[in-house]
Amino acid sequence: MKFRFQRKFLCIPYWLFLVLFVVVPIFFIVFYAFTDGSGHFTWDAVVEFFTTNNKLNVLVQSLLFSTLNTILCLAIGYPISYLLANKKYNTKYVLVLLFVMPMWINFVLRTGATRDVLSWLGINGGTHPYVATMIGLVYNYLPFVILPLYTTMLKLDQSQIEAASDLGCNRIQVFTKSIIPQSIPGIVSAAQMVFMPTMSSYVIPETLSEGKIVLFGNSIYLGFANNQWNSSSFMAIIMLIIIGISMLATRNFSEKDSGKGGTAW
Amino acid sequence: MVKKIFAYSYIYFILLLMYVPIFVLIVFSFTNATYIGTWNGFSFDLYGKLFQSEEIMIALGNTVIIAIISAFVSTVLGTLGAIGGFYSKKKSRAALETINQIPVVNAEIVMALSLVVMFVFVGNVIFRGANLFSFWTLLAGHVVLSAPFVYLNVKPKLQQMDPSLYEAALDLGCSPSRALRQAVLPEIIPGVISGFMLAVTLSLDDFIITAFTRGSGLLSGEGNIETLSTLVQAKIKKGPIPAEMRPLTTIIFIIVLLVVLFISLNRNKNVSRGALRRKKLRERA
Repeated sequence: MKFRFQRKFLCIPYWLFLVLFVVVPIFFIVFYAFTDGSGHFTWDAVVEFFTTNNKLNVLVQSLLFSTLNTILCLAIGYPISYLLANKKYNTKYVLVLLFVMPMWINFVLRTGATRDVLSWLGINGGTHPYVATMIGLVYNYLPFVILPLYTTMLKLDQSQIEAASDLGCNRIQVFTKSIIPQSIPGIVSAAQMVFMPTMSSYVIPETLSEGKIVLFGNSIYLGFANNQWNSSSFMAIIMLIIIGISMLATRNFSEKDSGKGGTAW
Repeated sequence: MVKKIFAYSYIYFILLLMYVPIFVLIVFSFTNATYIGTWNGFSFDLYGKLFQSEEIMIALGNTVIIAIISAFVSTVLGTLGAIGGFYSKKKSRAALETINQIPVVNAEIVMALSLVVMFVFVGNVIFRGANLFSFWTLLAGHVVLSAPFVYLNVKPKLQQMDPSLYEAALDLGCSPSRALRQAVLPEIIPGVISGFMLAVTLSLDDFIITAFTRGSGLLSGEGNIETLSTLVQAKIKKGPIPAEMRPLTTIIFIIVLLVVLFISLNRNKNVSRGALRRKKLRERA
């Protein structure tokens, strides 16, 4: 039989690549999480995770840092995105680009710069590890919040906002009853851009707290550096589960937004 | 008016805060003091030191080589994957897109660790204790990171394309590969280019995947491959950013600024071209 070219064959290399380097490695993580050094089945990593205070503390601390960082980034970024997208205040696209420009400067270099400047101002990892880390996190993730919020704000239905005020809403009511509900998809995708990456971040807490604050990412990294594949793999599975939960929880919101495909670029 | 002033001062205040660390490095790159905060008079000494530092030049070279190769591989794989996926049956396309989404939503550190445990296992069990870590494992890591984004950038262009274009080219006597190159590719090229650019930036900025999957090779020779990210990380773990890296910040900042200006100028041009076209249409009507 003669080979006949079909266009769908073009994705075979990509299929192979994804299976080999995305799907199979995840099975290896599961394998390592439930085996010991010699490859026998064991619950050791699970027991270790749930019985040592150290690892549970890391989990709680990471969740707290991620939540606080998400709230702070949204609190600072939301008004900025609103103002940037509102024609009354801003018509210059350059201003939006200026907010995302730091993302293109090497982020390890930026994190180092933040730490050096903060310690020059007297806020260093030795004396204020929590403050320094928080500033570093907000500083790094703010652009990731501004971009999706800005895209959503561009699509705000201005006539609905006007209608709300015509029908007797005061400014606060217009904000809570019209602007916020309309921008929920943007808020959700902004939160997604911040929450999980904060939990799994390594460079920022490590640098800004000078190793004093250990988040989930640091903990996995330390396990990797000490060749503790098994306990690190189990932590990676916990991370995967949290990611899965947050994807399921936010699926309904983000679907509305997808498909329109409006990015700021 | 008062509201406008208030709005602008908020925007510029936050913008200023965001740039403070970068500007401090830039300002102190023009003096030869070891620490930021001390000013030893204006000089270009550090710029000379930057280009004499073999370590930094090697790291820069590695970073650029890895970015270009990995972006190229990602672009080819991701574009072919998107075209093939677009013409696949609904079920297999859905499966492909679900797997494609995994690296997009997954934490980088989980992906990096999963690759490492696989390479360790394959090295130990299949290659009898061989160390697989090299440029190739690093390349695989970077392609995992960026190919899914190429796929996502090309897909919308395929959806917007006229579906009968490919068939028309075949009917007019093109071979399938020629039809793809001359009929389909020109339609999706903007998506391919933006995917490539995204892949380059993802690779340039990456620390975690590089730190996990690297081995010896490239310009680092026998040692572990150092990229800009891993080199800076190693330095800032021990102390402040080395003085000769401050000028590097200035140079990167200027390059990024030029790119941003280029983008916004082009955008303005596109906008005005669009306005011109609309005006012409109106005149004709």
